[in-house]
Amino acid sequence: MKRRDFLQRSALGSGGLLLGSYLDTATAAETIAKPSGAAPLGGFKPNAFISISSQGVVTLISKQPEIGQGIKTSLPMVIAEELEVNWKDVRIVQGDLDPIYGGQSAGGSTSTPNNYNNFLRLGATARTMLVQAAAQTWKVAVGECLAANSAVQHQASGRSLSYAELASRAATLPLPSAESVKLKDPRDYKLLGTRIGGVDNLAIVTGKPLFGIDVHLPGMLYAVFEKCPAFGGKVLSANLEAIKALPGVRDAFVIAGTSQLTGLMPGVAIVAESTWAAFSARRQLKVTWDEGTVVEQSWDGFAAQAQKVSKQAGTVQLRKDGDPAAAFGRASKTVEASYSYPFISHASIEPQNCTAWFHDGALELWAPTQNPAAGQNLVANTLGLPKEKITLHITRSGGGFGRRLSADYIVEAAAIAQRVAAPVKLTWSREDDLRHDHYRAGGFHFLRGALDGQGKLTAWHNHFVTFANRITRDGASVLQPGSGASLSGDEFPGRWVANCLLEQTPMECGIPMGPWRAPGSNVFAWVFHSFIDELAHAGGRDPLEFRLELLGQQDLVAGTGERALPYNVGRMRRVLTEAAQKADWGRKKFPRGQGQGIAFHFSHRGYIAEVAEVTVSKAGVLKVNRVVVASDIGSQIVNLSGAENQVQGSVIDALGTLMFAELDIQRGRVVQRNFNDYTLIGMSDAPPRIEVHFVKSNEPVTGMGEPAFPPLAPAVCNAIFAATGKRVRQMPLSRSDLSWS
Amino acid sequence: MAHYALNINGVTHQVDVAADTPLLWVLRDTLGLLGTKFGCGVGNCGACMVHLGGLPTRSCMTPVSTVGRKKVLTIEGLTAQGDHPLQKAWQELDVPQCGYCQGGQIMTAAALLQETTHPTDAEIDDAMAGNLCRCAAYQRIRAGIHRAAEIAAKQGVKS
Repeated sequence: MKRRDFLQRSALGSGGLLLGSYLDTATAAETIAKPSGAAPLGGFKPNAFISISSQGVVTLISKQPEIGQGIKTSLPMVIAEELEVNWKDVRIVQGDLDPIYGGQSAGGSTSTPNNYNNFLRLGATARTMLVQAAAQTWKVAVGECLAANSAVQHQASGRSLSYAELASRAATLPLPSAESVKLKDPRDYKLLGTRIGGVDNLAIVTGKPLFGIDVHLPGMLYAVFEKCPAFGGKVLSANLEAIKALPGVRDAFVIAGTSQLTGLMPGVAIVAESTWAAFSARRQLKVTWDEGTVVEQSWDGFAAQAQKVSKQAGTVQLRKDGDPAAAFGRASKTVEASYSYPFISHASIEPQNCTAWFHDGALELWAPTQNPAAGQNLVANTLGLPKEKITLHITRSGGGFGRRLSADYIVEAAAIAQRVAAPVKLTWSREDDLRHDHYRAGGFHFLRGALDGQGKLTAWHNHFVTFANRITRDGASVLQPGSGASLSGDEFPGRWVANCLLEQTPMECGIPMGPWRAPGSNVFAWVFHSFIDELAHAGGRDPLEFRLELLGQQDLVAGTGERALPYNVGRMRRVLTEAAQKADWGRKKFPRGQGQGIAFHFSHRGYIAEVAEVTVSKAGVLKVNRVVVASDIGSQIVNLSGAENQVQGSVIDALGTLMFAELDIQRGRVVQRNFNDYTLIGMSDAPPRIEVHFVKSNEPVTGMGEPAFPPLAPAVCNAIFAATGKRVRQMPLSRSDLSWS
Repeated sequence: MAHYALNINGVTHQVDVAADTPLLWVLRDTLGLLGTKFGCGVGNCGACMVHLGGLPTRSCMTPVSTVGRKKVLTIEGLTAQGDHPLQKAWQELDVPQCGYCQGGQIMTAAALLQETTHPTDAEIDDAMAGNLCRCAAYQRIRAGIHRAAEIAAKQGVKS
């Protein structure tokens, strides 16, 4: 199929590249996403991201993976704003992994801040060239021409040329100098800050193939991969011959794998003619495993160990300010508490999957991934392939939450495909997904706080007992805490309390860990803002007023820890005050069993404060009635609809995590199997009111996928305390008795 | 292997598959109807929801041998153009985040609106209890169902 036909055909679709089109247009689909490809005939392609056809179709590349955070819609909006193009003329194509696009990892809410300014310039540069093309055509000065609505107008003469008409001439122009490209005044924005629906919405609501699991290639085979239920176990033997004899099974083999816990783990692959044939055969699979010493590990064992080590000094000192011992000695009141949270799973509804095809001396991959380069690297390093021989097509992901920053399922598919003379799709079962995740680590915090006679916080001590894997780095064996399982000495209230001791003790474990939405922050905010609330109440202080005093009046607090991030207190005070005002903090009277709680957190460049209003029945049933969120994520909201959706989703996700999420670990493996014993929040527990307020600042624009998550759990738990007098110090809530009389 | 004639979205499809194959995998692997999703395989998440004989049914738990002559409706068959009131409302309110569960959400909601033209929040929560959304887009799903009820009422047709 020719590029132009492809463009026209995709123009008839929803605006998204349909995966189904890989069936017959794989080449065309790839070509259009390739920056090195020539401009469409008679068209204009000023850079890797923008292509305008002679029919006026504007194709924009979305380089970042779409995992539900809305980036496939919002980043192209940034180009379209400066390009002065009608949004209805725009078609979005998901780009493959390609160095020309720069970084393509979607994690840490960085897609927006890392690309925003560049994308403004990309659009503005193309618009400048289209204006130049019009000025040349009319032989008038550039300054007399104005771009708007996918056209350039010459106001004096009333003439107008559409981008379609200008494309071929614009294509002959040299790139303009950087100085001649003028960015718009944000006050003139027409698109940014408005509500734009997701570009794949039509495809989603009509059931079009979009996701990794929907990839379907001619002659494709279907694979499953059974790993040891105990983490890191190796295959000793398997009934491969019996499996190969089963209906629909093409092959079965052992993959020796590596010892890297988040890489290619050992296992048994079954390749079959359908997913169901592979699933069915797997039920007959008998593997003898060497489970190793990980079987000695259990959650209960770690919890007991944490209690024991909490009595000793931490093995790592993260921060020591002032003289904490002396400050505790002269305190009017000392509060002590311990908090804990379990390991949890990402549990995206689309299980991990990947399609891999070795052909013509190269490997082609289709993967729902947040970090395609990590996939390419892991495959290259594990299988000994040159990176340039690995093409990776990024599909839409059915949820990410950090899970798809890992590439284990990609290397598994590649290792299986290496043995199969056909494209092969690896599909994990839900049980695989839950039992072979790279988990959000559990943790234990042992806290002490000192108050003076005025109820002012004078000393803070936290001993954080956490989890780490033993790895080899530069030839040395070291303990590496899991992602988000290491505390920064700068984490609030570090830097704010004159006498502060932060310590950490990692417990060695064989449990694979990885980033989970707002790593670290998703639990630290809960622990610290719950304990701050305890201190406020112990000192007889209003929780908001106590927090404002703690934050202080200084505008910017410089970073001191290894991450060295400055903390803009002014921005936090503004969102905190905004959330409190909108929620009528301190002005509402609640009967027993109802109450408000407040918390704030800075993460991922976002300053967020939240107030929760709850009812707890006498029987102890929690209902979150209302959540007020105030966010400062910079000077511009890109897509208002998407940003609000992320905040609402973060709030409900955080509530579900607080209420239900918990994995038990026994004998070195996860006990839970599926959604029947790993509970996700459902609609009835979602708060009926979530009010989203954006406080604009003059700061750089940032992302909204994560920062609204962390403050929710402490806001809810502080509200539970206000309602019942019961302090929640253990996640999930299902472990706490909230009944009252 | 056994032979089945399945009425799916008004078209009869002839398939040769193992009798215990769940309808989900017949739709996805055999017929290439990929809008019905695999999430859990045990009827816990609702991503695989279709209508079987007019009733919302989890296709991952429905062996193909039990389908018989009952009509199967999938998300692709609701309307291909996206102009069912629920499909319209979903786009209007920008309901999806990742979108993976949304086909199943819409199929369950479509069955609800057939029974109850103007459901209350409580009726919606009850009907949708078996459909999980990991992105937790529940607020907009609920609003989307209310909006679809309005659209259907305006059109004067039963959704």
